[in-house]
Amino acid sequence: MKALMFGWEFPPHILGGLGTASYGLTKGMADCGDMDITFVIPKPWGDEEKGFARIIGANTTPIAWRDVNSEYVQSRIGNVMDPQTYYDLRNHIYSDFNYMNTNDLGCIEFSGRYPDNLVEEINNYSIVAGVIARTIPCDVIHSHDWLTYPAGIHAKQVTGKPLVIHVHATDFDRSRGNVNPTVFNIEKDGMNNADHIITVSNLTRRTVIEKYGISPDKVTTVHNAVEPLSQELLNVTVPPKHDKVVTFLGRITMQKGPEYFVEAAAQVLSKVRGVQFVMAGGGDMMEKMIRLAARRGISDRFHFAGFLRGKEVYEMLKASDVYIMPSVSEPFGISPLEAMQMGVPSIISKQSGCAEILNNVIKVDYWDTNAIADAIYSIIKYPAMYKELREKGLEEVNQIVWKKAGAKVIDIYKKVINR
Amino acid sequence: MKAICFYFQIHQPFRLKNYRFFDIGNDHYYYDDFANDEIITRIAQRSYLPANEMLLDMIKQYGKKFKVAFSISGTALEQLEVYVPEFIESMKELADTGCVEFLSETYAHSLSSLEDPEEFVAQVKDHDTKIYQLFGKHPKVFRNTELIYDDDISAMVQAMGFKGVITEGAKHILGWKSPNYLYSSPVAPKLKLLLKNPKLSDDISFRFSNPDWASYPLTADKYIDWIAALPEEEQLVNLFMNYETFGEMQPRESGIFEFMKALPRFAAERGIEFLTPSEVIAKMKPVGEMPVMHPISWADEARDTSAWLGNTLQQEAVKKLYSIGERVRLCQDRRIKQDWYYLQASDHFFYMCTKHSADGVVHSNYSPYDSPYTAFTNYMNVLSDFMIRVHDQYPESIDNEELNALLLTIRNQSNEITQLHREVELLRNNIVKDTTGDFPVDEPKVKKVAKKEDKKTVKKSTKKATAKKAATKK
Repeated sequence: MKALMFGWEFPPHILGGLGTASYGLTKGMADCGDMDITFVIPKPWGDEEKGFARIIGANTTPIAWRDVNSEYVQSRIGNVMDPQTYYDLRNHIYSDFNYMNTNDLGCIEFSGRYPDNLVEEINNYSIVAGVIARTIPCDVIHSHDWLTYPAGIHAKQVTGKPLVIHVHATDFDRSRGNVNPTVFNIEKDGMNNADHIITVSNLTRRTVIEKYGISPDKVTTVHNAVEPLSQELLNVTVPPKHDKVVTFLGRITMQKGPEYFVEAAAQVLSKVRGVQFVMAGGGDMMEKMIRLAARRGISDRFHFAGFLRGKEVYEMLKASDVYIMPSVSEPFGISPLEAMQMGVPSIISKQSGCAEILNNVIKVDYWDTNAIADAIYSIIKYPAMYKELREKGLEEVNQIVWKKAGAKVIDIYKKVINR
Repeated sequence: MKAICFYFQIHQPFRLKNYRFFDIGNDHYYYDDFANDEIITRIAQRSYLPANEMLLDMIKQYGKKFKVAFSISGTALEQLEVYVPEFIESMKELADTGCVEFLSETYAHSLSSLEDPEEFVAQVKDHDTKIYQLFGKHPKVFRNTELIYDDDISAMVQAMGFKGVITEGAKHILGWKSPNYLYSSPVAPKLKLLLKNPKLSDDISFRFSNPDWASYPLTADKYIDWIAALPEEEQLVNLFMNYETFGEMQPRESGIFEFMKALPRFAAERGIEFLTPSEVIAKMKPVGEMPVMHPISWADEARDTSAWLGNTLQQEAVKKLYSIGERVRLCQDRRIKQDWYYLQASDHFFYMCTKHSADGVVHSNYSPYDSPYTAFTNYMNVLSDFMIRVHDQYPESIDNEELNALLLTIRNQSNEITQLHREVELLRNNIVKDTTGDFPVDEPKVKKVAKKEDKKTVKKSTKKATAKKAATKK
């Protein structure tokens, strides 16, 4: 079965959970066998893993004819794409886009991030999708998150193949209800045009049904999973420490509920010393959180570690005794699973999608700072609690593999193709 | 002649309130009075009281032919005394009929038999006292918490002078053997074992009102037929269940009460009698020994102790609790003693079970907590406070042996002092009685001392009086 996927992020260059999830799912589907997957991203760097899917960059797909020779193409984009693919794509330019801002290869530049002119970049991505859909044969089209819905719709119109969209998050999660109308319209348009919708949790499924008015039989939940960690990451070493460490890892934004973590920390510190609290990540609420920690008088024990990348994340987790995710609304939330893989007991909010599939974690209401504080205290004070959560959690998370999720997605493909 | 032996368990723990880590060291009251009151009152109204009434009716109707045995934990008795005193009255009435036997168990429905032998013996004695106070009888047959039993326990139980033990007819210890005989313990040969018939007991307590069950609806006629159809040599059917079976687990409208009331009539027709455990032990001879190497119980699918000690959380909590057992027994504080008992109830550990599937459902049904981890956190917070209180009694730096020695010296000295006092008193009396004049008594001296003291007090009071006068003058 041939699938054409549109994504925005792909490891190792990721900004959030979307890239990790897209990658894991694609790999899981490839492991099920008999899948030919083409994955389109705005801007490949050349160091992506290519074993299980063909990666095409939107910024290396020509939309305007340029007469360039093979050596030149090879020297310009050889590290991310085969020149032959470039020529195939060039043969399928469907309109004259010379009025657009294109480069020497006839391609549009993409940032591959979340710039201020995001909506323009999304439109450009959709234009490029038209070329790709005409070139690459496929049985089904799969769009990851709202940024790629317009591209998916365009590809569907060009090829007439069924469109599956994958909702990793909705704007209701990101904004705590203050929805951006532009984003909402793109999301709603994607859902209306999709033949089937995959959500990462029942929580998100309900949002899609209730807030976007989609028929329930069109929406299926496929929970995310995690990639097994490499031995290298599992063996990272950290300097010995004297204090217990409680860690929050993620964007410091309204959605993640950082203020509840600070309040719980203040409660715990009023009873016990010898505990360090770490808030790693960046975001628009960071300064507010620094001020809040100062106001509670716990700044000496509450640290802001900034944005962590790659191995740093695992070093931080390795040094942690408790991981906490008090998200107000979390479509899935893959980070507690990573913490569990590193053997860190986790506290998660009942309002996060991963709470639907995890048993060996402590689940609390995000607003219940008393319960959060109690849970933290219990894990750092009672060794049995730490041990039980650590061991049972590890056992549990090792059962949550992408291959199972991949098989579910393939079933959905079969359903929409045979309809 | 075949015999049915009924035994009912009544137990309720003192459930803990939501106890936060802030409360450690500050708040020494641990119990959720509201929930405890609500639960025991509800169960008593729906089950215990109507069931007692049913038994009374049956005993009145069938005379001495219908008999049952009860095992009521000390914590349940305490709650019933406070919240449902009418139940105690009704139980006394039942006791007076002579058709009811009371069984012995640990006062706190605890796991002490597995963890702390000394505590175990103390609790059994306490329970015996409680039963005697309320119902005027000393139990002769022992039933451990949740039917937990193994060879080591049998030795302890025999040493306490019991004639028999009630336990589970667990498949893995029975093998090809039938539970419908009397057995004995290999390490304590005088101790007889009564094994629960799991199938016939659960037919009543779990399956009775289940319409998906092949034998539904169960009638007294059919049930007694099953028992009568057992092989001729199998003379004993032990039906052990929770007393909540009547009215709570099997609701009143399922006809469970009528089912019970009809049993003796059909039993009499087929020549089956009812016996209490003591009578069974007196009448029947054991057919052989039943070795039990590892503890068994009547809980969960595994019928072992994993319902309370299966995971790290439970093991840690139990270990921490019993680590201070010796110290608590040295304490004299009554509230500490009381909390010590309440915290030992096996239920607290039952709530911490992390098993999934069917067993997990049973655990979470009974648990007041939403997860085993919350149960553990709450219990450990309470236990931390309790341990602080225990350590406050005597300095932690002194080890138990030394402390014990010191306490013994103090106790001995105080005994000695009282003894000497008595001797002095005695001698004094002898002196006063001596009229021969051979031993002149220095009585005036004693009087003088007394007078002196008198004077002193007089002086003091006059001083006070003058002071008062001065005050009024001002």
